Amino acid sequence: MAENKEFKVIGTRPIRHDGIDKVTGRAAYGADIHFPDMLHGKVLRSPYAHARIKSIDISKASSHPAVKCIITSDDLPLVEDTITELGETVINLKYLSDNILASDKALYKGHPVAAVAATDPYLAEEALNMIEVDYEILEPVLDVRQAMEPGAPVLHESLKKESMGKEGDHSQNVASHSQRKNGDLEAGFAAADVIVERDFSTATIHQGYIETHNATAQYNEDGELTVWCSTQGAFGVRDQLSKILKMPVSKIKVVPMEIGGGFGGKVQVYIKPIAALLAMKTRKPVKMTMTRTEVFEGTGPAPGSYIRVKLGADNTGKITAAEAHLVFEAGAYPGSAVGAGSLCIFAPYKIDNLQIDGYDVVLNKPKSSGYRAPGAPNACFASECVIDEICQKLNMDPIEFRLINGAKEGDRRCDGPIYPKIGYLETVEAAQQHHHYAESIDQTSNGKLRGRGVASGFWMNGGGRSSVTINVNSDGRINLIEGSTDIGGTRASIAMQAAEVLGLPAEDIMPAVGDTDSVGYTGVTGGSRTTFATGIAAINAAEDIRAQMIGVAANHWELRPSDVKFKDGTFLAQKNGEALQMTFKEVAAAAGGPLVGAVTASPGGAGNGFATHIVDLEVDSETGKVDILRYTAIQDVGRAIHPSYAEGQVEGGVAQGVGWALSEGYLYNDEGHMTNASFLDYRMPTSYDLPSIETVLVEVPNPGHPYGVRGAGEVPLVPPLAAIANAVSRAIGVRMTELPMSPDRVLEAMGSI
Amino acid sequence: MPKKTHVQTEINGEGVEFLCEPRQSLLEVLRDELHLTGAKEGCNNGNCGACTVRLGDRIVNSCLVLGVEAEGQKIETIEGIATSEGLHPIQQKFLEHAALQCGICTPGFIVSSKALLEQNPTPSEEDIRFWLAGNLCRCTGYHKIVEAVVDAAKSMNAEVADNG
Amino acid sequence: MQAFEYVAAKSISEAIDLLSEKGDQARVLSGGTDLIVQVREKRRSLELMIDVKQIPEVNEISYNATDGLVLGASTPCYRIYNNTDIKSAYPGLIDAVSIIGGIQVQGRASVGGNLCNASPAADSIPALIVLNATCAIVGPSGTREIAAKDFCTAPGQTAMGKGEFLTSIKIPIPEKNSSNFYLRFIPRNEMDIAVVGVGASVVLDENHKSFVSAHIALGAVAPTPLYAEEASNLLAGQGISDEIINQAAEAAQAIARPISDMRGTANQRKHLVGVLTRRALNGAVNRVKETE
Repeated sequence: MAENKEFKVIGTRPIRHDGIDKVTGRAAYGADIHFPDMLHGKVLRSPYAHARIKSIDISKASSHPAVKCIITSDDLPLVEDTITELGETVINLKYLSDNILASDKALYKGHPVAAVAATDPYLAEEALNMIEVDYEILEPVLDVRQAMEPGAPVLHESLKKESMGKEGDHSQNVASHSQRKNGDLEAGFAAADVIVERDFSTATIHQGYIETHNATAQYNEDGELTVWCSTQGAFGVRDQLSKILKMPVSKIKVVPMEIGGGFGGKVQVYIKPIAALLAMKTRKPVKMTMTRTEVFEGTGPAPGSYIRVKLGADNTGKITAAEAHLVFEAGAYPGSAVGAGSLCIFAPYKIDNLQIDGYDVVLNKPKSSGYRAPGAPNACFASECVIDEICQKLNMDPIEFRLINGAKEGDRRCDGPIYPKIGYLETVEAAQQHHHYAESIDQTSNGKLRGRGVASGFWMNGGGRSSVTINVNSDGRINLIEGSTDIGGTRASIAMQAAEVLGLPAEDIMPAVGDTDSVGYTGVTGGSRTTFATGIAAINAAEDIRAQMIGVAANHWELRPSDVKFKDGTFLAQKNGEALQMTFKEVAAAAGGPLVGAVTASPGGAGNGFATHIVDLEVDSETGKVDILRYTAIQDVGRAIHPSYAEGQVEGGVAQGVGWALSEGYLYNDEGHMTNASFLDYRMPTSYDLPSIETVLVEVPNPGHPYGVRGAGEVPLVPPLAAIANAVSRAIGVRMTELPMSPDRVLEAMGSI
Repeated sequence: MPKKTHVQTEINGEGVEFLCEPRQSLLEVLRDELHLTGAKEGCNNGNCGACTVRLGDRIVNSCLVLGVEAEGQKIETIEGIATSEGLHPIQQKFLEHAALQCGICTPGFIVSSKALLEQNPTPSEEDIRFWLAGNLCRCTGYHKIVEAVVDAAKSMNAEVADNG
Repeated sequence: MQAFEYVAAKSISEAIDLLSEKGDQARVLSGGTDLIVQVREKRRSLELMIDVKQIPEVNEISYNATDGLVLGASTPCYRIYNNTDIKSAYPGLIDAVSIIGGIQVQGRASVGGNLCNASPAADSIPALIVLNATCAIVGPSGTREIAAKDFCTAPGQTAMGKGEFLTSIKIPIPEKNSSNFYLRFIPRNEMDIAVVGVGASVVLDENHKSFVSAHIALGAVAPTPLYAEEASNLLAGQGISDEIINQAAEAAQAIARPISDMRGTANQRKHLVGVLTRRALNGAVNRVKETE
């Protein structure tokens, strides 16, 4: 990426403001908190995947001397059957509450049933073992296709067939069916010279954040609740707590600690309401952390899925029709990302005739949650593999195919919006010109089979509400308080945008993530919206400060504000033929009173993110092991505020994609128990499993942001699954359609076992 | 409640004493008794390295060491790596190379990398990746971590050359 | 995690006394990388952990050119792979201990612990079997030795009785024109339990053209690590060729009786025994050729 002469700060790589705390171990994450009189909370979880809870006897456990409180779902207020916002998705409040502590049924192994607060975490565990729950074990259903069949075990009696909004007459597991239709599908396929139709499947996947969930709560005698936690959205937590506990939002303060990864999985609350309830009843601080097993079994994984894609193209390589059937695991409660998956599946392409059907199906697994472009990795795995097969049938270069069909400004996305200026074709062109693509790959080497795969991906990116407050200190350095918890370095990129407006070096801005009492409402850090939307709020706040300071300078010079100009951090004016100037610091010192700018922004124009990836890999034909040799990821980020952290998003998403493609997946036994609920057997890539990742940041500025920012955080996970599957398929000469492509599956595909 | 054991050990160059039950891991002792919260719990079964500390002359997963086993040992944690002179080159290079995003794995990686460079001052990229395989990162894809360690090695060797 | 007592035993006899007294409610604590996890995950219950890391005999390495190696059972992996004698005489053992669990685990985990944990997939055991290792056991009725191939009797079970514990592993000096090799197959590149593991040792003739003798051992394909006797014997006296190595691989496959579990399928494992046996034998042969 060329050095950016247009900007002073944007495009540079300053050291992040919270960096020293993080490399010295000083940074305080949720589990690092400690109060001298705190109690420890632990959760009793259902050992069964599907069971009716007939009774819970807490009498023995209550008599344990270390136990101060035990709660069950009886202690949660009854909530309404209403839909509420949850980051990038929505959820029914009744389901959200039921997921916290099960009421009449346990719907997955790990579903919380009761919770205890005790003086010591080991004693809390002992007390859990003394709680007696009478379960009536029911048959679980663990596969969405089985869950859709008549006669399958039903999770929710109240869930009657809903097809495009219509309610049916019998209980079943299909929570929703939606359909998008454009043009004339039949005619489109009739016009095709080549048609490929394939079925794909993906496993349940976890976000795999290294920090487990945590929550510490304190309830004061005046009815004020404080919760310290690691979360992607403090205000989202406050909203959920308010609704679940039936408390006014203003009585709840959520303090976001540093967060050790989220990727969409730390938006919905799990143990926070439990900690809050225990704190309310005991009037002591209650600290709770999840174990890794609890994280796997009791949070929100990304849905497993079955996807059928049928694509038709003519001999010139033009797509004539596209059809997709997506069936996603909702988990125990409705609300998978099948809608977003349906939106993304063909989004990089201009297709006139298409139909996309999406099914959201419940089954006895934890309720699914968002994971980095939720729904899109699954969907684009299927579509990008079929595209690759079409290219093989047409004997056409897959990059060439994408240039022919790629969407651009003015084309209509399948769900309706017309694309504004987007950068998809630019990523494809960059791939075509990249030296990785120019260097051919040997087909075999030392008995290993080599292949190259290409795939593209899309995520719409979000806007949402963000608030920023800027205070100017008398020495000219500024405090910037924002509400976006920092998962990946956004504190720096937000500060840099303010710095650019004010002509200051990045080091002169001191960004801090505020709690819900200290900063205006801010939506979750997710949806690839933080650098974009909170950035806009920071820019607007900085512009407000700039205007105020122009007023200060004007006052100082006894001029009108309109006589004062601001350029490169300096205030300038002409008076009586004399050129006047004051630096930012001088104006700050001259202000004589607080300079505060506070802004809330809810910007549209988030800008659509696109990427194209190229991967070379080799397959050991005797063992089925796949090794990634070389990976190039090209993404349009609009404008890279801090290129290192933009690159970091790409590199991280690629690594997660390698895991999803090759080695990760929930494994279940017949009873519905996850058998690999630990990092030993839920296999995420280590440093030894990956090569260096080359990242190319393409910049097609987003007209919706003053500096051209497009969200960058989610798109990176969308192309890798298909890119890797395409490479394996080409290496071994057999189409791979099931993820993960574990070594035994590769051997099976090759007919070796 | 089970009786606690009195343990004497040395942490980051200072003599330290604490009480703990035998079942408390060294990780729990560091975090909950001594409030050295830099080592993190990621998995509690030796598969993620977020709890890495140096025990004697080797890096270990502190979740797989009992607190009572610290008796008479020398322990170094992330808190002991920067000195009054400033950050260790590895810490500095992690910052310069943006080798952290959420930062939760960073203490473990820094302790592990420091041990690597003390053992092998000129590791290849393969050496680095193999050594660090016991430290999981979910955010960075390891690319910038490896770059930071390579650069730290260069920087530390240049320092030695200058002083040598 | 349940509460338990902890004692740092200072002598072998102290350890034996405690083990005899507590039976299966006491367990020797060496590196702890298996034991602590098992107790924490409630897969094992005990009242007492007996730390043996302060007993000198259990933590020493001694090697000489007549008696070979006496490896203290509690010696952590890193001291094994940094030992120049072991590196040159028993590279196959180095192969195994270098890949158990990551650098942090290797800072604690020991070969003795690997043996006593008796996982069918233990990495060090096939390597020890092909080196003709014996396990020196001490108990209330004195000392005895068991061949490494007979040490494990079932998953998690060993041939030791009440009050007995493993003090050292003995490996005879290597013969001339011999070498040894261990490899395993795992789904990632590190940090996984072996899906299949194969150890091989070979003694070649002076010209390195034929096998004088060979040993092959398999891990993770039966309730215990297996010595592939027929496969080993059929190589004796044979010229080195792909054909004979294939035959040995097939004979090894024939005795494998793997299960399907979350780490691999039975078919896959059977197949991999063939692949890894060929690679292990070739690896051992090449090592002889390279070092002499």
